[in-house]
Amino acid sequence: MKNKAWIPFAIFVVLVAFLAIGLKLNPREVPSPLFGKPAPAFSAPRLHAPEKTLSNVDMLGKVWMLNVWASWCVACRVEHPVLMNFAKTNTLPIIGLDYKDTAVDGTKWLAQHGDPYETSVTDPDGRIGINFGVYGVPETFIIDKAGVIRHKHIGPVTDAALKDIIVPMVRELQK
Amino acid sequence: MKLHHVLLKTLKAIGIAVIVNVSVSYASEALPLADDPVVEQRLNTIAEELRCLVCQNESLAGSRADLALDLRRELRGLIKAGKSDAEIKDFMVSRYGDFVLYRPPVKPQTWLLWFAPLILLCIGLLVLVRTVKHSQSKHSRAGEDDWELETPVSASEKKKD
Repeated sequence: MKNKAWIPFAIFVVLVAFLAIGLKLNPREVPSPLFGKPAPAFSAPRLHAPEKTLSNVDMLGKVWMLNVWASWCVACRVEHPVLMNFAKTNTLPIIGLDYKDTAVDGTKWLAQHGDPYETSVTDPDGRIGINFGVYGVPETFIIDKAGVIRHKHIGPVTDAALKDIIVPMVRELQK
Repeated sequence: MKLHHVLLKTLKAIGIAVIVNVSVSYASEALPLADDPVVEQRLNTIAEELRCLVCQNESLAGSRADLALDLRRELRGLIKAGKSDAEIKDFMVSRYGDFVLYRPPVKPQTWLLWFAPLILLCIGLLVLVRTVKHSQSKHSRAGEDDWELETPVSASEKKKD
């Protein structure tokens, strides 16, 4: 029996390994089933020109970024300077989705913090957000020329995420 | 006399108006609760089985998060449109993934999740059976040992005698 004493120890090591991996995972990052699927159809009024709409069809043929933001979103304030700098590089068109916000608050917020978006569209009742599987703000999607979702970034976009993941991917998709 | 009469009538009218107004405002406030109990019942049954993504350990039925309110609104719409439970769950899964289901579907990715408890139970039973058998055989062998030991002792005792 004594020579089998290593068995509980081995089980313990396996358990610790599982727990260690579990600790490193972020439960907030739920893998999106939309990955690799066409972006949900939408047609929504533009924030700065409500009489005009923007739809997903308008963006076909371009690799573009959809950034979900809101004036009430605190994490967006962290992300905003990063997006402002990124917009200056003209890597790809950034479309904003003003999620569950009023046009007045949204416009005021962009006037105050700067506007990195080519256009922002409004989603006051959150329906477009639901179709995109948004469950927190900010969230960012990369959509290819065929209108397929290629990447989803949950939480504020960071310089590191842009440099290491998003920009290389966009360059590849733009080819 | 006439003036009295008129005043009384006016007061009565005001009284009725107040009562009517009060009852009307109560009625309009109570309306959302009375809003088709059949739909609400079905919504609750479905939403109990779905996870709220904002507060991940709460069901969609129990959560007061903003997104949960919106999703309940969407589900209410789907119920009213006559969608089946499966179609409604598909609506949620196609947007948020299997994670929203408290009962994940059985598929290769979730085999470990579904069958690991059964496998662990089998391993446990196997270990139990082996341990019991082992200790039984050890016990019987120990019995033999005792018996073997006894002879020399009794022999030595005999010598003493």
